[in-house]
Amino acid sequence: MNIVVLIKQVPDTWSERKLTDSDHTLDRSSADVVLDEINERTVEEALKIKEAGEGEVTVVTMGPQRATDAIRKALSMGADKAVHLSDEGLHGSCAVHTARALAKVIGSLGDVDLVLAGNEATDGTIGAVPAMVADVLGIPELTHARKVTVEGRTVTVERETDDAITVLQAELPAVVSVHEKINEPRYPSFKGIMAAKKKPVSTLSLADAGIEPSQVGLANATSMVAESRPRPSRDAGQVVTDEGDGAAKLAEYLIGQKLI
Amino acid sequence: MAEVLVLVEHSAGEIKKVTDELLTAAARLGEPSAVVVGTPGTASKLKSRLAAYGAAKVYVAESDQVDDYLSAPAVGVLTALVESAQPGAVLIASSPDGKEIAGKLAVRTGSGLLSDAVDLADDGTATHSVFGGSYLAKSKATTPVAVITVRAGSIDAVEVQGAAAEQAVEVPAVNAGTAAKIIERRPIEGGDRPELAEASVIVSGGRGVGSADNFQVVEKLADSLGAAVGASRAAVDSGYYPHQFQVGQTGKTVSPQLYVALGISGAIQHRAGMQTSRTIVAVNKDPEAPIFEIADFGVVGDLFTIAPQLTEAVTKRKT
Repeated sequence: MNIVVLIKQVPDTWSERKLTDSDHTLDRSSADVVLDEINERTVEEALKIKEAGEGEVTVVTMGPQRATDAIRKALSMGADKAVHLSDEGLHGSCAVHTARALAKVIGSLGDVDLVLAGNEATDGTIGAVPAMVADVLGIPELTHARKVTVEGRTVTVERETDDAITVLQAELPAVVSVHEKINEPRYPSFKGIMAAKKKPVSTLSLADAGIEPSQVGLANATSMVAESRPRPSRDAGQVVTDEGDGAAKLAEYLIGQKLI
Repeated sequence: MAEVLVLVEHSAGEIKKVTDELLTAAARLGEPSAVVVGTPGTASKLKSRLAAYGAAKVYVAESDQVDDYLSAPAVGVLTALVESAQPGAVLIASSPDGKEIAGKLAVRTGSGLLSDAVDLADDGTATHSVFGGSYLAKSKATTPVAVITVRAGSIDAVEVQGAAAEQAVEVPAVNAGTAAKIIERRPIEGGDRPELAEASVIVSGGRGVGSADNFQVVEKLADSLGAAVGASRAAVDSGYYPHQFQVGQTGKTVSPQLYVALGISGAIQHRAGMQTSRTIVAVNKDPEAPIFEIADFGVVGDLFTIAPQLTEAVTKRKT
């Protein structure tokens, strides 16, 4: 079983995140960057599937050079190797171009049986890239999986969203995006961390990946951000200390605002 | 005026209210056309409400196959309509299913994807509330068609009569090799409370609630207000409340008219999921809790005293 895991390095959600003033892209330097939390679970699921049978787990990411830290984290958990699509020309790529570029890289890896991804990154929160990659590859997507079962060439997923649990089934190859509930990721062991340093990471430029520069990047994007600014901070309102009348004052406020 | 397609969100023969909002937003850009993708007989049940919110046209795409697949039928219908009707934009609800449909439609038609808009201007510029509401960004598609997902609750729906002229369209057959099949559906037991994403009032509990049993205090206040119940990550991680009710960066992002935070300190991760709420009120024992920095009205005190009193006050006011 050849498993590809799509990972993304994102600004830590516990730190202050910003967009750059110049071109409104993600300011990757202002915040601490980490392997997105959902991707730890994605890697974990890939390792579980591999450990239940046999196979190889290849981590794929697109991002600046700094994303090697996220790759190392995935490798130290136990993934076997990594492919890093990294090129200045990718800066500011839109979702459509990102999906096509990732699909191109996956397509170049030979016979891939299963592509695993997180359901939604914490920075862009588009929540559609796994399905978009599947669409470019012409294979099914099974999204928001809280449980994944692979039997022979059939993959079955319990998909969880607000309104329903849906059981989805497809034949491999397929793309599966995982939900936060899927598992608890393992911590990299010391041995894993040491081993990760020797695992192969191939860095691809656009030319290496066979991607036309005109098909990616800010200047060619299918959508563009025209302006961005920090939201004006919410002013703190009135704060009262409860002296027996706290609830009454709160009710009075809500009535005044016509909320109750 | 260019047509603007709106994918109708519906379930069990009823329209979800985000559809009204999408039609209102579509009217800013052009002439709204509702697209109903469902099993045979669906559109006739939805038509009057689509007309009431301004749908000039209703594309009826009905097939028994629709229930067998998640996104593929809608993607097929919309892809064909983008070609035949040449709309200026396609508006879709920013729900998990909507996002998936929008992404695939964008990739297939090579259209710019504007994700999770909280506002839409008449020139097609979408406003996004990013990083959990700490940033506002405005974006536009550079392609002839824009595929835009719109966050539920962010546009005020306006009733305006539309002709709702029906036009049947085909649901393209789904290629089984490229789409996962639905083999079972289990609705989530949400009880009688509204869904978090659609609720106009949300009452949430945090670590301060202290236990799963104590969440009754939160639920009672929510029920008196006809509200949805939410929980902070700390409360969910402590096992007080199920994960699907988590509000925050790794849970749901909500913007109700009223958000009531009980025993929630207001960590940045939680604020990221609720700080765009119209009005925020908070009850917390700790006067230094960061939730008070963003609350319109805060009470420093014991939630177990204040919430029941407030529940009583709300109930009294209703009778």
